[in-house]
Amino acid sequence: MEVNFPYPKKELMVEKMVVKATEMDPKFKYEIKKMPGAEKILLCYQCGTCTSDCPIARFEDLYRPRKFIKMTQLGLKKRLLSNDVIWLCSACYTCVDHCPQNVGIAHVVRALRNLSVEEGSMPQVYRELAANILKTGYAYIIPKRRLQGREEKGLPSLPKGNLESLAKLFDLTSLSKNIERVSK
Amino acid sequence: MLKYLIFLGCVIPYRIASYEISTRRVLGKLGVEVVEMPEFNCCGLPMDPINHDLMLTLAARNLCLAEQQNLDIMTLCNGCFSSLNHVNKELKEDKKIREKVNEYLKKVGMEFKGKIEVKHLIYALTEDVGLEKIKDSVQKPLSQLNVAQHIGCHAVRPREIVGIDDPENPITLKNLIKVTGAKCLDYVDETECCGSPIIGVNAEIPLQLAREKLNHVKAAGAQALITVCPFCHMMFDINQPRIERTFKETFGIPVLHYPQLLGLAMGFSPDDLALNQLRVDATKILNFI
Repeated sequence: MEVNFPYPKKELMVEKMVVKATEMDPKFKYEIKKMPGAEKILLCYQCGTCTSDCPIARFEDLYRPRKFIKMTQLGLKKRLLSNDVIWLCSACYTCVDHCPQNVGIAHVVRALRNLSVEEGSMPQVYRELAANILKTGYAYIIPKRRLQGREEKGLPSLPKGNLESLAKLFDLTSLSKNIERVSK
Repeated sequence: MLKYLIFLGCVIPYRIASYEISTRRVLGKLGVEVVEMPEFNCCGLPMDPINHDLMLTLAARNLCLAEQQNLDIMTLCNGCFSSLNHVNKELKEDKKIREKVNEYLKKVGMEFKGKIEVKHLIYALTEDVGLEKIKDSVQKPLSQLNVAQHIGCHAVRPREIVGIDDPENPITLKNLIKVTGAKCLDYVDETECCGSPIIGVNAEIPLQLAREKLNHVKAAGAQALITVCPFCHMMFDINQPRIERTFKETFGIPVLHYPQLLGLAMGFSPDDLALNQLRVDATKILNFI
């Protein structure tokens, strides 16, 4: 295969089946439960519908949403938050629609990612997107020639971002602080 | 007269101008007026994985701008639809979240009031313009053309939030295709994700997902694939040659934005609809028109 975009598989959680009690943080599940969309985390009874219906799980053996939920319930905080595999959810919401317990699995994965950022790790691409929004209001930097080309195509000029407001909102929601920490 | 605030998002002006060009053409013909956003910021979706509060606030800021104009928002991108519609509904229904977001917005001189609606292009066309009116605008029915649809996840899921079409058997885009005279073929895993949201983190999985879908579309005998989201479109159009090279397969399936298909049926020229801007050559389907 020509594709070669390996993401570092830090810790193969499928291989480490033995869990030490000292590794578990019993309060972790309550921490996650407080986060938006993750309120029903304790209701998961491990039926596995999320994983069997997950398009990502079909192509990546390490991506197992059912396992993330169990690990959260067990309190394997460090293993989860430092694992790059949580960044593979494409937010297609199939699991959210199919879960018989209405656990909101994709929202739990989002909560895990949000926490992981607070703990100091996030993929490079999100740092770039955030920087672009702060710089222009748009998540991608639109090249000058495309902005000029709009007129030739008879398209109206693009609305501009209010950069002062955006910088304030990034500060208020602590994202600026978190990005700074991740960069260090 | 129908009037919307058009929310282009970031990806369309960044690299999918053909979607915007063709949309403006067909909306003009249908007598739908679009007003430009007075100011713009990202819908918030790309920030959701790293900071949910920021996603809520970025989306809400755009909703406030629309409230000031007293206009409903029309989105062309499934991602923008997902975040703006979701946040609009959530803030309207959940007082606690609304108060929290309004605390943030207060610092930038704004307040979410909950006065407008957010509609994806396909829902605006179906619910507001109406299929009958669209059918009346068709001058050259595309009856020789067999296509397949990819509606995209965020146009229909999560069911609890979008709640318009059936995510397991979505018919909105199918019906819109049918009124152009083209036949919409069924194929395996029609509602499967295109994979594009994670392409910045991992390219292998999305390329395999898109490859599988293209195989299914090809097996169904479709002459073109129809999308309504710039992200899905990039996956199937811009990335198609890359998928062909990677997996040593040939597809050659043109991927059209729905307004391009409708525009052809309305009698617009391929140039009017920016068909030449597609990566996969779409001229071969013109023989069937």
